Amino acid sequence: MMTDLQKALIDFCLRIADNSLIHAQRISEWTGHGPILEEDIAMSNVALDLIGQSRGFYTYAAQIDGDGKTEDFYAFRRGEREFRNKLMVEQPDNKDFGFTMMKLFLNGCFDYLMFRDLMKSTDETISGLAAKSIKEVTYHVRHAGDWVVRLGDGTEESHQRIQNSLNELWPYTNELFEQDSVDALLISNGIAFDKEKFRDEWTKMVYEIFAKATLSVPENNTYSPTGGLKGIHSEHLGYLLAEMQYLPRTYPDAVW
Amino acid sequence: MVTLASSEIWDLLNSIPDPEVPAISIVELGVVRDVRITDSNVEVDITPTYSGCPALKSMEEQIRAKLLLVGLTPSIKTIYKPAWTTDWMSDETKEKLRAYGIAPPEKLSFENLHPFANNDKGPVACPFCSSTDTSLTSRFGSTACKALHFCNGCRQPFEQFKCH
Repeated sequence: MMTDLQKALIDFCLRIADNSLIHAQRISEWTGHGPILEEDIAMSNVALDLIGQSRGFYTYAAQIDGDGKTEDFYAFRRGEREFRNKLMVEQPDNKDFGFTMMKLFLNGCFDYLMFRDLMKSTDETISGLAAKSIKEVTYHVRHAGDWVVRLGDGTEESHQRIQNSLNELWPYTNELFEQDSVDALLISNGIAFDKEKFRDEWTKMVYEIFAKATLSVPENNTYSPTGGLKGIHSEHLGYLLAEMQYLPRTYPDAVW
Repeated sequence: MVTLASSEIWDLLNSIPDPEVPAISIVELGVVRDVRITDSNVEVDITPTYSGCPALKSMEEQIRAKLLLVGLTPSIKTIYKPAWTTDWMSDETKEKLRAYGIAPPEKLSFENLHPFANNDKGPVACPFCSSTDTSLTSRFGSTACKALHFCNGCRQPFEQFKCH
């Protein structure tokens, strides 16, 4: 019989893992389609890091669950209502490189601060996975941040396009900080930490780069899509999963 | 019954080359973290270099194959803590990388963990001609652990094992 704390810990791991996996799946759509070879390779590498991070958290969730589940079950045998990723990462990039970099930057800054806290988790596996992931995330943020500055402070067209990306993605950033009873239980046990506490720092981080990039955050934004914590997604996730899960769903006995 | 000493098992593992950078072994790379001998078996702890490193599976298979030759069926566990770092490479290992044509990683300094920290350690020395008149072409190279540079001295591209 699982305790409430174990159930919460599984949910918590799945949220992080789902977010990284869906983000990675979107980024990997660039593989073979990057604007230049170096960035094609870069995006494939970033996606690989994120998939690796999700595997660590899925494996831990499967271990706590103990019901014979595996990382592949979570990735390939659940429908969109069971996925707990934030809506931002499932949004399609429509072959707009700046959009991908902006998304990687906004989510990456959040992940960086989240993992920095989780390194202090009383749960040894969580703190280990966080210490591992933060190094990779730091590198991603550095890379994406450079591109945000380069495109924002670039030509008239590159500036306008990355400004459009920021305008489109900004409303989704509010959801990054959402928490519920799962978080509350883990916070009270020292396993997780209050995300609100680093919200100001996150804002400062992204504004610092936007200033360099001559970009401005949309003012008076009242639109704030939400639903990831409850598995309520935009229509894009279903299409993404249909492609990602095609093979294991069609050939259930296929092995690696 | 395990008749080999721990040091002999370490030696065996040290003879397994990294599948992507065969100039160094998986022990020198720092992937093998611990070897424990129990009454009837041997337990090996390994840690990934990067979370998504596709070579980890291959390393695990090679460890299994190598130990099977001496009659052992190891139980191999992937651990994440402490997180792998290039600082675990010895100077000797770094020299092997350089001789193989890959610029070795610099020493990691922890104040540089922040993504906006100025971590510019100056140009990376070319592994071929030692010139420091080099520039970073791309942060990401042919594998997760490497970045791409260009040497203006000998006009050659080269890879660097990223400081991690």
